[in-house]
Amino acid sequence: MDMRDFFAMGGYAFYVWTSYGLAFVVLAFNIVQPLLHKRRVLKRIARQIRRTRRTA
Amino acid sequence: MFMRFFHRMASPPYFYVISGRWLPWLAVICLALILAGLYGGLVEAPADYQQGDSFRIIYIHVPSAWMSLFIYVVMAVAGGIGLIWHIKLAEMVAVSSAPIGASFTFLALVTGSLWGKPMWGTWWVWDGRLTSELILLFLYLGVIALYGAIDDKRRAGRAAAILALVGVVNIPIIHYSVEWWNTLHQGPTVTKFDKPSIHISMLIPLLLMAGGFKLFYLIAVLMRLRSEILERERNSKWVTALVGSEDRRQKTEDRVQESDVDPRRVGP
Amino acid sequence: MRPIRRQRLYLIIVMLLGIGTAVAFTLKAFNDNLMFFFSPSDVVMGKAPARQAFRLGGMVVDGSVERPGDDLLVRFKLTDYGKDVAVEYTGILPDLFREGQGVVTKGRLRPDGVFVAEEVLAKHDENYMPPEVAGSLKKETVAGRPASEEK
Repeated sequence: MDMRDFFAMGGYAFYVWTSYGLAFVVLAFNIVQPLLHKRRVLKRIARQIRRTRRTA
Repeated sequence: MFMRFFHRMASPPYFYVISGRWLPWLAVICLALILAGLYGGLVEAPADYQQGDSFRIIYIHVPSAWMSLFIYVVMAVAGGIGLIWHIKLAEMVAVSSAPIGASFTFLALVTGSLWGKPMWGTWWVWDGRLTSELILLFLYLGVIALYGAIDDKRRAGRAAAILALVGVVNIPIIHYSVEWWNTLHQGPTVTKFDKPSIHISMLIPLLLMAGGFKLFYLIAVLMRLRSEILERERNSKWVTALVGSEDRRQKTEDRVQESDVDPRRVGP
Repeated sequence: MRPIRRQRLYLIIVMLLGIGTAVAFTLKAFNDNLMFFFSPSDVVMGKAPARQAFRLGGMVVDGSVERPGDDLLVRFKLTDYGKDVAVEYTGILPDLFREGQGVVTKGRLRPDGVFVAEEVLAKHDENYMPPEVAGSLKKETVAGRPASEEK
């Protein structure tokens, strides 16, 4: 199969590839955001534990 | 046995451990399904007899639209269970589902627009299907905003659950809009009682993508749930034990790595 | 189930039923406004507004498309397999516009009964298949009848 034909999508390249690109961005965001959030939560809890250890 | 499994899963520490064990496997299956669907949809499937290659947007648009409805129902049912039985985990499922559902609704709307422009000749029309799907996006955003606006998280969860339940009436409207009213949007292709009106070579990638998206939702919601559980249970013994041990291990690992570096080999 | 929980369950069910009926009645009342377009039969029976702009949807009749000049003026007939309405349009047509396909046009009815469109949108049906399959389907069907008949 010709790669140029594949990327041209029969003239609909802009519409097709924008759709797929956008889908990738939205899905990636839904993985990255929870990961960052979890790291924040873990750090906060770790800090809290260290604080209580020090006061104990 | 099933009920016992359910009761145990409703306990946050048990859920946290089990879901952590599941996640890598789910991710592998999800990735495999989506890659197979992408290959099938973009490479294997032939161009459509009317719409040419533009029809390939179907492999993003339709699974996203299905997920937007499916996640809304999950959110409302979980919210309802949370309201009636006061199960914390159900409330968390409802709240964690909203942003994922909103993402898929957004995706369905935008890819629909990108498909409509070349085929219909317009980005947007106010027909029954498009309008009701837009209302769905606003319902999701409303649930997210309402939950964020109330400080007491238990009350916030309950308010958001009620809004989610009220919005459920929109779901059948979206589904049947193309049958009840004249719309620019086409009628159902796959989800009708008849045989699907899509050729098998085009249908298989669609089902693969749909399965992949469903697993993606499961993964995304589990990830959000796990952070939410940690946050809500941060004062409990099991969380402090878990984080404390991980924290200490991280520290020792850092120290080991530092001592691994041979000072003589560093530098010019 | 404990009484308090059962009460909450009933409350939610009653709430959902109430909202459901309210929405159903509202939709029923606004039914005509929710229709995106009128059919050729509606227009012939005089159901469509005579003065205002409205949308007209139907199938482009086979062999009815003609371009009288070398400008962008197009004339074609729209049908719902009951009645036909003649349409005039000046402009660029969408990729999917072709004879036998569904379209939705927006415009006004001229006193002589011709619909003057200022916008033409193509409506595609729910069938997806490779060109070869569509070709062999066409051969199988009786001459003159489309492979997939709209109801």
